[in-house]
Amino acid sequence: MEEGIKDKVAIIGMGCTKFGELWDKGAEDLMVDAFQECIEDAGIEKKDIKAAWFGVHFEEQSVGKGATSLALALKLPFIPVTRVENFCTTGTEALRGACYAVASGAYDIALALGVEKLKDTGYGGLPGGPGLMGTRNALIMPKLTAPGGFAMMATRYFAVYGLSPEDGKKMLAKVSAKSHYNGARNPKAHLRREVTEEQILNAPIIAWPLGLFDCCGVSDGSAAAIVTRADMAKKFRPDPVYIKALQVALSSGEELMYNKWDGAHVETGYRAGILAYKEAGIKNPRKEVSMAEVHDCFSITEAVTMEDLQFSPRGKVKEDIEAGRFNIDGEQPIQPDGGLKCFGHPIGASGLRMVYEMYKQLQGKAQLPERQLKNPKMGLTHNMGGFPAMNVVSVAIVGL
Amino acid sequence: MAGIQSYGAYIPRYRINHTTIFFAVGFLGTFPPPGENAVANHDEDTLSMAVAAGVDCLNGMRREKVDGLYLATTSQPYMLRQNSAIIATALDLQPNIRTADFIGSTKSGTTALLSAFDAVNGGTSSNVLVCASDCRLNKLGSSQEHLYGDGAAAILVGNDDLIATYEGYYSVSYDFPDRWKAAGEEFEHAWEDRFIRDAGYTKMIPEAISGLLKKYNLNIKDFAKIVFPGIYSREHVAIAKRLGAEPTQVQDTMLTTVGDTGSASPLMMLVAALEDAKPGDKIMVVSFGNGSDALFFQVTEKIKKQGDRRGVKKHLASKKELASYEKYLAFRNLAPMDFGMRGEISIRTPMSTLFRERKAILSLYGSKCKKCGTPQYPPQRVCVNPDCGAVDQMEDYRFSDKRGVVFTYTGDNLAASIDPPSIYGLVDFENGGRFWFDFTDCDLDSVKVGMPVEMSFRRRYLDEPTGVHGYSWKATPVRA
Repeated sequence: MEEGIKDKVAIIGMGCTKFGELWDKGAEDLMVDAFQECIEDAGIEKKDIKAAWFGVHFEEQSVGKGATSLALALKLPFIPVTRVENFCTTGTEALRGACYAVASGAYDIALALGVEKLKDTGYGGLPGGPGLMGTRNALIMPKLTAPGGFAMMATRYFAVYGLSPEDGKKMLAKVSAKSHYNGARNPKAHLRREVTEEQILNAPIIAWPLGLFDCCGVSDGSAAAIVTRADMAKKFRPDPVYIKALQVALSSGEELMYNKWDGAHVETGYRAGILAYKEAGIKNPRKEVSMAEVHDCFSITEAVTMEDLQFSPRGKVKEDIEAGRFNIDGEQPIQPDGGLKCFGHPIGASGLRMVYEMYKQLQGKAQLPERQLKNPKMGLTHNMGGFPAMNVVSVAIVGL
Repeated sequence: MAGIQSYGAYIPRYRINHTTIFFAVGFLGTFPPPGENAVANHDEDTLSMAVAAGVDCLNGMRREKVDGLYLATTSQPYMLRQNSAIIATALDLQPNIRTADFIGSTKSGTTALLSAFDAVNGGTSSNVLVCASDCRLNKLGSSQEHLYGDGAAAILVGNDDLIATYEGYYSVSYDFPDRWKAAGEEFEHAWEDRFIRDAGYTKMIPEAISGLLKKYNLNIKDFAKIVFPGIYSREHVAIAKRLGAEPTQVQDTMLTTVGDTGSASPLMMLVAALEDAKPGDKIMVVSFGNGSDALFFQVTEKIKKQGDRRGVKKHLASKKELASYEKYLAFRNLAPMDFGMRGEISIRTPMSTLFRERKAILSLYGSKCKKCGTPQYPPQRVCVNPDCGAVDQMEDYRFSDKRGVVFTYTGDNLAASIDPPSIYGLVDFENGGRFWFDFTDCDLDSVKVGMPVEMSFRRRYLDEPTGVHGYSWKATPVRA
């Protein structure tokens, strides 16, 4: 019988750079910065690392193909380094590779590092067009952009639940305002300015109905984790953080090509949540998950994800948003570090950045006292890559 | 005996008023004649309009019986790569057909039609679809800019079930150098208007008509309608008068509603004439361009049974004014637009993929599962129905003629577009099937979830570094 990953692996060190438009830093600088913080946090030496998993999405914009860029940047001594790529779940996939490696017993200590250098493209937003369909892209796909792809889910959510565009946009404005509040208090975040709901509602439209502040930052950054077998973890530090679940779900084509999907939720998000809760032994996610960093690439994504992950009942997230449930002082804080919205979104690093926030919160080490949540027990991270109709979602759960 | 089995036409949605052009460029300081021209959208061209006219013409007809497709145009996108073959693929015609491009003269529409009648009468073909289409590029401030409009017509030629029989022709050919365009040139040159009018237009059209009348021993009064291009309004009237035709016998030129559509012009006027024709009517069709072809037809009883067509009338009525000349320039790619670094990436069309998947891309074919009946796009080998999952149990399924509704949509200001925002969304097809499509010929405010749409063949992109005109299908609101 399959056993799952719960409590087999522990994180003993993490690092995360400041995210942002880092004009004076290249991908190599970011990798070194994240790794140095990570290895100092773990209190080990480089030679103790026996294998590494490396995540980067737009490799053509930064480091090139393969995994040599990580090995070279860190001068890893001829150890196995594997590059992974799975859209926006890339960072989480790197962590999953490293965790499975130590869980299998093949290695004692492994590194996961994600990086993305996005601000060398010459334009705003993510590079290029939709990379979903290979050579078919240019031939049959609309020129979907990320905001456009998710705007379609907002349109659909409003239609399915009978929200006027005005009411729908007001709900989404609260999502973004909350993340800006959190991001403004986080020294490592990319966008550190509070904005009012009114500012959000009056911002220029990027892809109807989403405006500028419904979209997350496009950033440079890197994050890293060092993992070991759970039974060895306390040898390295008194407060390791344990992996409770690591799950990924991918679209089967049902959403895009079959006529059943309602377009107002992300099927993979729901499925990955179920798999992760089963693996972690969570019965009531609304109660048992203390905090989460979810993939708020757009405000609508976060709203829908609250329902997909069963934090809110279907169609009812508006009530929870309006009640402040997900605020930093709410019952179930979401995006305590500012989220993709304000911490920023260097694709390959984002999954590990989220785990970094959960790790620090669980250890009681969220840099500033006003950011520290009270006694969190279980943290969840969630990434979604692609578009609502065709995508990949990862869910990781970590705890003490 | 050969004749016309069906007709169809296409006029783009946009119109530009002559005064809009005048106030932008002030052509020669003289005020243009009143009226408007039909303007192709930025994603339309000669081929897309020819396909639209072909779709109209083939409505209710058996496509698999068509064994020839002729394109007539003076504005073909490709010099090498047969334009008619692209149209035939888009219209989902069989591969074992004869395709040919008739180019280089505005007479080419009638010449293609004559060739189709010859092929059918000669027994080498049984059903030939003739598409005449023009979408001509004009210099800013040129007289052509006022004169030329965009449009297409399609005539299905056969030898049974005819709505009009082909009765005869008379042709004249001259190397009349009124307009010319050398290989590689973007714009045409024209000699003095008075020369074109006096030495060509008012000479060659009467010569062809007189030749036809004499050849078949007919009188001008025998014709219910006479169709001939009206590039000079006053002389158009004068020619008819000189030939002894009553004004009611002369078919409207559409010069103030569509403009001169070049190769398509006589065929579009023929379609308009057929829309009002009665059994027994004789219709004469005359072209002008390096000479002239004159043909005539006799309308049969079957004209009453011609199925529903958008034709000229419905397309004329369904329109939207293009209020700005700058938008017209952008549609025509006549002014350099900034698409940002994001928009400058070359598409590098994978031609081998295009050919391998031509049915999915150009004919909009998906597949339908024989086990569970689920239509799906693009074609799949493994059924997308989660309760089925049958492998290799698919049959071809055409989506181009299926209607659908908007499942969801957006208006995207980030995506590079000639006419932002770029509107796209998911379409749910009647009887099943769902996919992402660009939306066109619509305004963001008018798009709603659940809005009915139909599919329209469009030019998706022009990749200048590789010279590739990329085509596929987009969704449009159902055009009345």
